[in-house]
Amino acid sequence: MAKKLPSVDVVLVGFGWTGAIMGNELTDAGLKVVAIERGSWRDTSTDFAVTFAQDELRYYFRHALFEEPARETLTFRNNGEQTALPMRKLGSFLPGTGVGGAGIHWNGMTFRFLQSDFLARSHNIERYGAGVMPDTMTVQDWGVTYEELEPYYDKFEYLCGISGKAGNLNGRKIDGGNPFEGPRSRDYPNPPLEQVYGPTLFAQATKELGYHPFPGPAANMSRAYTNPLGMTLGPCTYCGFCEKYGCGNYSKSSPQTTVIPVLMRKDNFELRTESEVLKVNLDSSGKRATGVTYVDAQGQEFEQPAEMVILCAYILHNVHTMLVSGIGAPYDPRTGQGVIGKNYAYQITSSVNVFYDDKIMNPFIGAGTMGMLIDDFNGDNFDHAGKGFIGGGYIACWNTGGRPIETHPVPDGTPKWGAKWKRAVAQSYLRTTSVATHGAVMSHRGNYLDLDPTYRDVYGRPLMRMTFDFTDNELKMSQYLTDRATDIARAMQPREIRVNARKGHYSIVPYQTTHNTGGTIMGTDPKTSAINRYLQSWDVSNLFLMGAGAFPQNPGYNPTGTVGALTYWAADAIRNQYLKNPGPLVQA
Amino acid sequence: MPNSLNRRDLLLSATIAAGSAALPATSPQARTITGEVPWTPGDANRPDIAAGGDYQFLTADEVAFLDAAVARLIPADDLGPGAKEAGVTFFLDRQLGGPFGSAQSWYMQGPWDDGEETQGYQSRMTPAQMYRAAIKAIDAYCRQAFGDRAFSALSTDEQDKVLTGLEKGDIKLENVKAAAFFDMFLQNVVEGFFSDPIYGGNRDMAGWKLIGFPGARYDYRPYVSKHNQKLALEPVSLRGRAGWEPSKS
Repeated sequence: MAKKLPSVDVVLVGFGWTGAIMGNELTDAGLKVVAIERGSWRDTSTDFAVTFAQDELRYYFRHALFEEPARETLTFRNNGEQTALPMRKLGSFLPGTGVGGAGIHWNGMTFRFLQSDFLARSHNIERYGAGVMPDTMTVQDWGVTYEELEPYYDKFEYLCGISGKAGNLNGRKIDGGNPFEGPRSRDYPNPPLEQVYGPTLFAQATKELGYHPFPGPAANMSRAYTNPLGMTLGPCTYCGFCEKYGCGNYSKSSPQTTVIPVLMRKDNFELRTESEVLKVNLDSSGKRATGVTYVDAQGQEFEQPAEMVILCAYILHNVHTMLVSGIGAPYDPRTGQGVIGKNYAYQITSSVNVFYDDKIMNPFIGAGTMGMLIDDFNGDNFDHAGKGFIGGGYIACWNTGGRPIETHPVPDGTPKWGAKWKRAVAQSYLRTTSVATHGAVMSHRGNYLDLDPTYRDVYGRPLMRMTFDFTDNELKMSQYLTDRATDIARAMQPREIRVNARKGHYSIVPYQTTHNTGGTIMGTDPKTSAINRYLQSWDVSNLFLMGAGAFPQNPGYNPTGTVGALTYWAADAIRNQYLKNPGPLVQA
Repeated sequence: MPNSLNRRDLLLSATIAAGSAALPATSPQARTITGEVPWTPGDANRPDIAAGGDYQFLTADEVAFLDAAVARLIPADDLGPGAKEAGVTFFLDRQLGGPFGSAQSWYMQGPWDDGEETQGYQSRMTPAQMYRAAIKAIDAYCRQAFGDRAFSALSTDEQDKVLTGLEKGDIKLENVKAAAFFDMFLQNVVEGFFSDPIYGGNRDMAGWKLIGFPGARYDYRPYVSKHNQKLALEPVSLRGRAGWEPSKS
């Protein structure tokens, strides 16, 4: 029997980036806020100090910072004809758990989406005609524009202290930045990171080819920084342990280094850890959330009543929570009706290794977003006429850190073990860099999330079922990007290259990206979207959903910049509109 | 005590004792935090380092197999020590006897089905169970195919032939999928060769010295702009850094 707790103004489900930002914004508005987090409290000096943070086995290969499938996972299949089976261990993506969420172990790549990304359906039809998208492609406009989000992108970038180079300041193009980006109201708070040799060679080659290289927008500090909340970050030391690791040096923006210490000290905020929210509770009308039910580590169930519920967990968990709480119509791929679970998307990646005999790359000197990239083939920055696909991606030479269990490239034709392998690894490690592609995935009718009929989690709830595969659009697009990356790699004048194209069916086994999106998408019509342009549930107006679940499809960038911007955008709408007059912010 | 318990372990055992056995907890107890940023001086969520020198999980036959097999996957040669010399068998012993070996964090509920390759690992065996079964089956195969000799008694050419047969799935093993075992084994050997020496492999940082990885340093600022220069930085390990190193007793 659940123990009923005193009511609060707001309950946040999950305490990573979006929970921390939302908590800080709503406590500033004077509300009493409780955050409920399934994992444990974590802080830099205790949990990822420099005395032991650089540990590849523990953090990546034994998953110390990631969610545990034993406790919560999903089932997966490529299509509706197959029987979905559990993701028994992590592979393709690495959701976080614990205070700070995946904001602890990210690389820090903090992009803005293109203006045209927010208008993916209308823009593509306008430019290429209605036939450009097959009927099975369920791409939608977002219901919010780049221009509307710009101040909120800015706010998140200044919270984080992003190191980068503007390419478009209020419409004025700036050399050395990304000329394709939407206009920025001001420059990045910090200058770009320094670059090692590989990205420098990439920048030279892409410039010679007529492209527009620019430095990665990094949540790794290029210099000491104090953010608007008074939090201080130290300069990045280029230790090469960002993605899959916590930063021991207070040099990578995370909820812990930018928001949480400010929020924790407020009297109107409370954090409960080791507590898993089982469902959102509704009143008898089904139109109003009354709070959440959660279970703590001792197995005790609690009911936390609240005036507002905000789901701030990872997208997979937000969608799962909606499905098990019975909020909104579940999506049905046969009819195309329903919204919860609709338009699940991902990203499609490939790479080209670049091997030299005579050049030393020192790959171990790195930072999560150290690297140079081009946006010439992202979004609709290039003419898609006759190409047979829409969307694109960036092409980059990242140097995130040459951690050797993960990174020991060998040329084509090398055996996977034995003396020849050993020799090739020894020869190649210092003399290799790579060109990566990071491509969009459009939404498709058959790619979706629902509840699994067979498998259950430790709490007895059905696991979520993921049905996903790359379609022709993604495979053609990725091949196009891979061909461009191959040209660039050759222009870098190596001894040889190795092309690692992405072909065939999506596999949940090899790590690709933790950029899962959709399932609770935003939009302008409750028939085709789960939440309105302010991330408010169409069905339950005192319920808001943060995170990349809102993306109607997945553009060719890392998502966190947009997740942060959308969180500030929604917080602003709650503070300045909703609290004055609680109810739907958009009339259906 | 070979692996002194850290804070998390202690809290974890308390949680298991008090709570549901079904909860594969990584976790301390539920906690309410308000009005402060909690921090305990001197408290560290330190790694569980491989202490002691005796094998704890592997049998003598398994050690013989692994010593022979890891020496073929990463052999000693003029470039330097191989996996055997780097302590990879000892690394595997500690890994298989620990949370990895028991698949502590994996979802291991039925029903079970092989599924498609894109659906990933679907064996009901934990890594420890798979190693145990596979080594037994490989030795049985070798005795049958090579005149009653176990794998470790074969010539290196014969050993390579067996390993290739496992890799390609040409050799069928009783109760274990040969290719699935080989994939896991090869991955674990690479882990043992390149992970920090605190886990028992990469002895004397042999793996890191082979390739020129400087290990667990954390500040490369002076070197970022030194393009195309061989830096020859001595590698460093996490070992010996701080109070979380268990005391010798």
